[in-house]
Amino acid sequence: MNRIHPFDHLILILGTLFMCVPVLVAIITSTHSAVDIHMNGLSLIPGSHGAETYEAVLTRKGGFTGQVTGITMLMNSLILGLGFAVGKIVLSMAAAYALVYFRFRFATFLFWIIFTTLLLPLEVRIMPSYQVMSSLGLLNSYTGLIVPLLASATGTFYFRQFFKSVPDELLEAARIDGAGPWKFLWDVLIPLSKTMMAAIFIIMFVYGWNQYLWPMLMTTEERFFTLMRGIKQILQVWIGSQIPDYNEAFALAVLALLPPVIVVVVFQRWFIRGLTESDK
Amino acid sequence: MASITISNVSKTYPGAKAASVSDINLDIRDGEFIVLVGPSGCGKSTLLRMVAGLEEISGGEVSIGSRVVNQIDPADRDIAMVFQNYALYPHMSVRENMAYGLKNRRTPKPEIEARVAEAARMLELGPYLDRKPRALSGGQRQRVAMGRAVVRQPAAFLFDEPLSNLDAKLRVTMRGEIRRLQKRLGTTSLYVTHDQLEAMTLADRLVVLNGGRIEQVGAPLEIYHNPASTFVASFIGSPAMNLLDARIEGGRISLGSTQLDTSPVYGHSGPVTLGIRAEDLTPAAAGLPFRTDFVEELGAQRLVHGHVDGQPLVLTLDPAMPLHDEMRLSVAAARVHIFDTTSGKRLDLVRQTRQAAHQPA
Repeated sequence: MNRIHPFDHLILILGTLFMCVPVLVAIITSTHSAVDIHMNGLSLIPGSHGAETYEAVLTRKGGFTGQVTGITMLMNSLILGLGFAVGKIVLSMAAAYALVYFRFRFATFLFWIIFTTLLLPLEVRIMPSYQVMSSLGLLNSYTGLIVPLLASATGTFYFRQFFKSVPDELLEAARIDGAGPWKFLWDVLIPLSKTMMAAIFIIMFVYGWNQYLWPMLMTTEERFFTLMRGIKQILQVWIGSQIPDYNEAFALAVLALLPPVIVVVVFQRWFIRGLTESDK
Repeated sequence: MASITISNVSKTYPGAKAASVSDINLDIRDGEFIVLVGPSGCGKSTLLRMVAGLEEISGGEVSIGSRVVNQIDPADRDIAMVFQNYALYPHMSVRENMAYGLKNRRTPKPEIEARVAEAARMLELGPYLDRKPRALSGGQRQRVAMGRAVVRQPAAFLFDEPLSNLDAKLRVTMRGEIRRLQKRLGTTSLYVTHDQLEAMTLADRLVVLNGGRIEQVGAPLEIYHNPASTFVASFIGSPAMNLLDARIEGGRISLGSTQLDTSPVYGHSGPVTLGIRAEDLTPAAAGLPFRTDFVEELGAQRLVHGHVDGQPLVLTLDPAMPLHDEMRLSVAAARVHIFDTTSGKRLDLVRQTRQAAHQPA
């Protein structure tokens, strides 16, 4: 068992390199000046313009209105990511709680309807969603950005399966102990679902953070720009002899990478437990 | 403290054709320890859950104390329940588990603490109060579940097969603990089990259930010595009572070609089922011809399996007694139980000739 297989390690090392080198290149390249990158391409040796590039990206007011800084975009992305994650957890937990613990007609049928929406990607309903938000006057608002995407079949499914695995006796013991539906949810189910919530939080945060198409449709004002749009914006300045600010695009990309990485690192222990642990 | 009255209670699950529990009548006195026993699917758990309020009552009435509780929420029935799989809240410490029900009832904090401390002392849970259930052994978890019931000081304890998840040795210990605790607190208890030994040792009175109906209610020994039907006879006691096909003709019981050496019985003739406990059979010079098949050694006694007249029979023998392949067995007349072959019900036949003269068959 303990014998070292060089070949296994080779594959492992290759895989690691495959995953890590592009990120490393992006970080290193972002420390060079734009001209340098334009002339020499990507580089693997750190340059000397790192600090100023990152400072410029974060604080320089840009865009057509001259109002958007990197920090604003970062904030917008965070609001979107957190709003998505928290909103989806609350909503799908409530839905799963109703589906599992309340006896009403067609509960299974309703669940399958919710479940089939898993098959439909966002793009299928993007126009009707836009239409609705537009007629509600919610374009260019955080509400409009977040609310239409909150319903989550994935989250509902995970929470439903989790609640189903909680022994019925726990509910019965709680009933005899005088806990009503709210108290049972609050005192028993939510503490038990902590790991599940962490897992869904990660998935949904990254999902929200990476949204590109939906924010682009929903917002036209620059103060709602997210990081994803900011990166794109930088590369769209190919006018005349101007060189795109590659360094800034790389810096933004690196910045965009950080929050999801932090979230994953912080939650990964619970994440793995949430997805694999069946023992309660 | 309260009595529990169950009158004409039945339960039919929606969609089911037959009732799971039908027409149960039972009066449980204050402080009594009642054990519901029966094979799986006999409705004993359903009955218990109806008393607890976890299952709706389809017909009849359950009262706890003087109050009909049919429409009352489980929390307000003044009962506490111990579950088979303990049902402890996994994220709460032992202390929180025991205090949860009291907290929900807005019991003052000092009183909660006092009651938890008292229960912990009684159940020897003191050192574990701040542990989570997963850090406890099965027996300790079961004690916490009992502690959770005790702190509530309810009118009645309901036990749903609380010992089934424990290993055999621990089960015996916990059985003793439950009995001691119940004696000490004097709380009315309703206990469900499928283990007849557990039922015999714990109960003030036993309720034997079969197919959703009560077969017999009585003190353990009363049931052991006077089973009301072949079902009870074969269910209570280990080894099970021997049940043999026999005939009564002219007041004599005959088994195959052998006539049983008992005083004449009157009041019935034709085929009957004969019940004889394994320990009531003794080797004798004359009697039933018995052929040994195999022997189970239990240490204090041995179980001899064999057959009489082609019908299987078990008898217990002292290990000091010599074993033979063929033996003659005799049985005391008073220890022979006679059951109706078709209905399985006990037939209490007149055994003495003198009485028989007054009551001709």
